[in-house]
Amino acid sequence: MRPKELQCIVTFNTTTEAIAFEETAKKCGLEGRLIPVPVVITSTCGLAWRENINNRAMVEDILEKHKIGYGKIYKLEI
Amino acid sequence: MIYLDHAATSYHKPKEVAEAVYNAIQGVGNCGRGAHGASLDSSRIIYKTRVALSSFFNVKDPSRVVLTSNATESLNIAIQGLLKPGDHCISTTVEHNSVLRPLYHMESCGVELTLIPADQKGCISINDMESAISSKTKAIVINHSSNVTGNVIDIESIGRLCYKHKLLFILDASQTAGIIPIDMQNNNISALCCSGHKSLLGPQGTGVLCLAKEVSPTPLLFGGTGVDSFSKKMPPKLPTSLEAGTLNTHGFAGLLASINYIVHYEQINIYNKANDFAQYFIEKASRIPGITIYGDFNALVRTPVVSLNIRDTDSGIISDELYDRYGVAARAGMHCAPGVHEVFNTVNQGMVRFSFSHFNTIEEVEAAIDALRMIEEGIL
Repeated sequence: MRPKELQCIVTFNTTTEAIAFEETAKKCGLEGRLIPVPVVITSTCGLAWRENINNRAMVEDILEKHKIGYGKIYKLEI
Repeated sequence: MIYLDHAATSYHKPKEVAEAVYNAIQGVGNCGRGAHGASLDSSRIIYKTRVALSSFFNVKDPSRVVLTSNATESLNIAIQGLLKPGDHCISTTVEHNSVLRPLYHMESCGVELTLIPADQKGCISINDMESAISSKTKAIVINHSSNVTGNVIDIESIGRLCYKHKLLFILDASQTAGIIPIDMQNNNISALCCSGHKSLLGPQGTGVLCLAKEVSPTPLLFGGTGVDSFSKKMPPKLPTSLEAGTLNTHGFAGLLASINYIVHYEQINIYNKANDFAQYFIEKASRIPGITIYGDFNALVRTPVVSLNIRDTDSGIISDELYDRYGVAARAGMHCAPGVHEVFNTVNQGMVRFSFSHFNTIEEVEAAIDALRMIEEGIL
């Protein structure tokens, strides 16, 4: 198992939102990726974006600027 | 075979469509069902398809592009999901059964239904439509073009009418999407329903439902979505709220390729070529004695669809002769549009429908005309 690290986690309401964010995030140079939603957040399935905690401001900026729908942003050790 | 039944499905597809379907079958998983590479690749294809369709129809928001299995499913979601008992709905007698049957079903559930009759050319008067509007009217449901006559309705005027009276505008674009430009915003369309396999040149098993802002039908299907597993209800957000079950990613990969093809070659060029074939066919076929062609031929815009009969001969016999002796594939019968045959008094005969594509050739069109001429001479 990978050692746990503090991460910025973004959840989404739909797969469409998740892929829309992925496409934009890659263009904007974010280093994260889509992962299964951690069960500590919700015991449901779905996609979440895992990002270096230091990039949280950039994540928020992308969501805002590109009007991409999302659920919540979490700070989690996973 | 000379295939002239493109109104049923486009038989010739761009090679890019087949390649895209093949590649998807070889290498993608299930959209929205996991975060591994195979699933994500599928989700990315589906997302790109929504983006392409959103741009193509000027929806403005890819999440309001709902992917279905065919136009009938799209129409059922729109009609059953937006109308409620006590509402009044206006449509026409010359719709396809994919519109009529859901409307008759809703009528049996308490929706009041008015069907505007067509004139002797199969055309619908927008004034008649406006006269039918009452305080209870919720929606107008209409096809953009008849799958039998090729007549095209003026959706700009209907859009204005719906805007003026605050009505939902549900458009069946099965015969026009991909060949005649449709702009959701400019035409004030609330729900655009079409198949992916006709003029959009995609694979069968693909359908599209584009929804305007704040138009949210209740779901028709309930089931797995890949999100909110513990919720007893469908997730509220579009497009997921209307997409229970696995999407046809393989098919939509093909539809994405076909949209790109149409954008590249431009709709107007595709339309002009097919329409030239239809016009040439009309001009030549109408000179054959005993042939009756149905529809409005003074219209500026028509789809490349031509339906006809030879005297009072059963359309099935003509169609069978065409294919069996001359290899011409045309469609006989009622074409799932009973009201059209009532207008033209062909309920007991049907019609033989020829529908053209830009993939056809002038030689094929000539061969079909020659075949008709020989069949007509044989009947005499």
